[in-house]
Amino acid sequence: MQVEKFYYDNKTVRNFAYATIIWGAVGMLAGLWVALQLVFPSLNITQYGSFGRLRPLHTNAVIFAFVGNGIFMGVYYSLQRLCKARMFSDKLSAIHFWGWQLIIVAAAITLPLGLSQGAEYAELIWPIDLAITIIWVVFGWNMFGTIIKRREKHLYVAIWFYIATFVTVAVLHIVRSGELPYSWLQSYSWYAGVQDALVQWWYGHNAVAFFLTTPYLGLMYYFMPKAANRPIYSYRLSIIHFWALIFLYIWAGPHHLLYTALPNWAQSLGVVFSLMLIFPSWGGMINGLLTLRGAWDKVRDDVILKFFVVAVTCYGMATFEGPMLSLKSVSAISHYTDWIVAHVHVGALGWNGMLTFGVLYWLIPRIFKTNLFSKKLANQHFWLGTLGILFYAIPMYWAGFMQSSMWKQFTESGQLKYSFLETSINMKPFYAMRSLGGLIYLAGVLLMIYNIYKTVKAGKLVANEEAEAAPLEKVYVKHTGEHWHRWIERRPVQLMIGSLVVILIGGVIELVPTFLVKSNVPTIASVQPYTPLELQGRDIYVREGCYACHSQMIRPFRSETERYGEYSKAGEFVYDHPFQWGSKRTGPDLAREGTGNLKKSDGWHFRHFREPASMSTGSIMPSYAFMIEQNLDTSSTVAKIKAMQTLGVPYAKGYEYQANSDLVQQAKTIQTNLKTEGIELPPNKEIIALIAYIQRLGKDISKPQNK
Amino acid sequence: MSVLFILIGVSILVAGSFLAAFLWSVKNGQYDDDYTPSVRILFDDEHPKEEILTQTK
Repeated sequence: MQVEKFYYDNKTVRNFAYATIIWGAVGMLAGLWVALQLVFPSLNITQYGSFGRLRPLHTNAVIFAFVGNGIFMGVYYSLQRLCKARMFSDKLSAIHFWGWQLIIVAAAITLPLGLSQGAEYAELIWPIDLAITIIWVVFGWNMFGTIIKRREKHLYVAIWFYIATFVTVAVLHIVRSGELPYSWLQSYSWYAGVQDALVQWWYGHNAVAFFLTTPYLGLMYYFMPKAANRPIYSYRLSIIHFWALIFLYIWAGPHHLLYTALPNWAQSLGVVFSLMLIFPSWGGMINGLLTLRGAWDKVRDDVILKFFVVAVTCYGMATFEGPMLSLKSVSAISHYTDWIVAHVHVGALGWNGMLTFGVLYWLIPRIFKTNLFSKKLANQHFWLGTLGILFYAIPMYWAGFMQSSMWKQFTESGQLKYSFLETSINMKPFYAMRSLGGLIYLAGVLLMIYNIYKTVKAGKLVANEEAEAAPLEKVYVKHTGEHWHRWIERRPVQLMIGSLVVILIGGVIELVPTFLVKSNVPTIASVQPYTPLELQGRDIYVREGCYACHSQMIRPFRSETERYGEYSKAGEFVYDHPFQWGSKRTGPDLAREGTGNLKKSDGWHFRHFREPASMSTGSIMPSYAFMIEQNLDTSSTVAKIKAMQTLGVPYAKGYEYQANSDLVQQAKTIQTNLKTEGIELPPNKEIIALIAYIQRLGKDISKPQNK
Repeated sequence: MSVLFILIGVSILVAGSFLAAFLWSVKNGQYDDDYTPSVRILFDDEHPKEEILTQTK
């Protein structure tokens, strides 16, 4: 058979590599900055630089910009070589690259502006969501095009990982992005309360699974054998663990919602699948590490292998810890604490970070046909990275255990031993040490940037790398002139499955909205929709990213009900688009902030927002003084109420036109309250709306039940 | 909680497509040989001429 000559596209690989490095540094710098803000609250400079707005910037940057570009870099390099084919279309490659970078820039602009949907890792506003969908399709098109025109019949296991990544991320993104726009930039989640929470963590956990794990396992299966120059330990194991992993992962999401208002059986489902996940996860880790069996001497000399070994080890630790954290009794201790922060950073800094660095050091000299500028610097980077992880993780684990035990401790007379503020002040030294860990890790990355810059300077990019391979034999010979549809007609089972899929998609699209709206009928009669002022205040709460530090979900433990009041019920959240349960308590839970013994005066909240430390000495909460200056935008009220009505919130017909006068009235009441406490303020300020919302929290359920 | 049925439906759909892909890969003979692919990837990208060059370096 005639051997064909073709060229690999290295230019796109290089572009993605540069983007990985640049966004990686930016995302980690943002991380370091927000870590320091928890130690020095004065670093919350202006509203655009406050913790609640920058924290999503950090998470989105490291996940979608750093790891995202890392995935594309690795996929574009390895897929071409595994398929023995150039990427399907240079044009698609360019659209994919530039489109993704534009999305990142848009995110970097909108998040500090406070344009957010208020769902973790899905903060980006709906126009960006739309752009992500389009660019993701471009990526898939380019990838499947390449797979179809491949010259190698066998699909290497890495390609399977890439395919699973593409398919699942597409589905996750679409389901999570169920949102109803009320303006050109903003929208409300389609789902409410418990439903929104379940969608969120089904999405959130699978984002970890199919964005941070499966594509990187694919990269591991390609780059680790390459770097070690020996085949993977067991190819058979890689196939088995791949299929097991992807079948199990999609069910694990509810483990983020243990002991919450989510139905119990859904929680148990999540726990069972999370536990089973340890087998395929460790299958991958063992396969990676055993690839180096009998070649550990290579690891001593080869810095790239060192990066890979730490990456895979961290993967193993994180995937052992994950199932353990999914046990209800462990979750009872770990949820809402810094333990989880430690856990995700072992995964992010260790697994994703170190693997990316290894791939970069391996790949850049190859596409530039030169040697790495300095192995010594790379070695120093390795040690800084490893130490950075330790300095980060150990204080955070310690902090997490301590925080949790302080929250749960009672005195002999049965009183809570520590106030929340005391526990929070105790965290400060650990937050400081964690920042140091982050700084060390970032310093390593800066060394890498210098090293790669020098390497690139010394070499020259081989933009189109020559390669040769024989084309695939055509196995099936079709009748000439046969209609394409005959293929499916000869396969009744496939036809049936195919049509079922089509019907299901149609059915889902048609039924979802009605379904969801109907099931939001309140089960607790006293729970009422938010007043217009409270709704505006709630949107400010979402805008400022308060959920990053405050939960609104009290679990049924005595330590929580004593501190915060009655535990949270599913029926309380039926009008919450989006839900704001949060996942971390850097500050206290707010679910009952407006009621019981947590209730404070309007004036207290005013002073607390203006300068938190003046009311709670030692508080690390940022100041929200700008809300005293800023006017509340009431022009959006009509559109917001209308959108809520569409989503099934029972505002009376035509209420949207009366809403603003009600809003002014309620604002004036708060203005009067503030006046009695010696605070003079016009009623049209943002802070008044936020106070109205905070004072509403938990109020409905404490009203006398008329059942 | 009807969103549960949607999520389970979507998850089953995804899992179903994985199952179909798995069955296809087995039937297609993708896994008939579970050793050579792991070795083959090690020998695929360097051009023969350049390989000699790098070895003599």
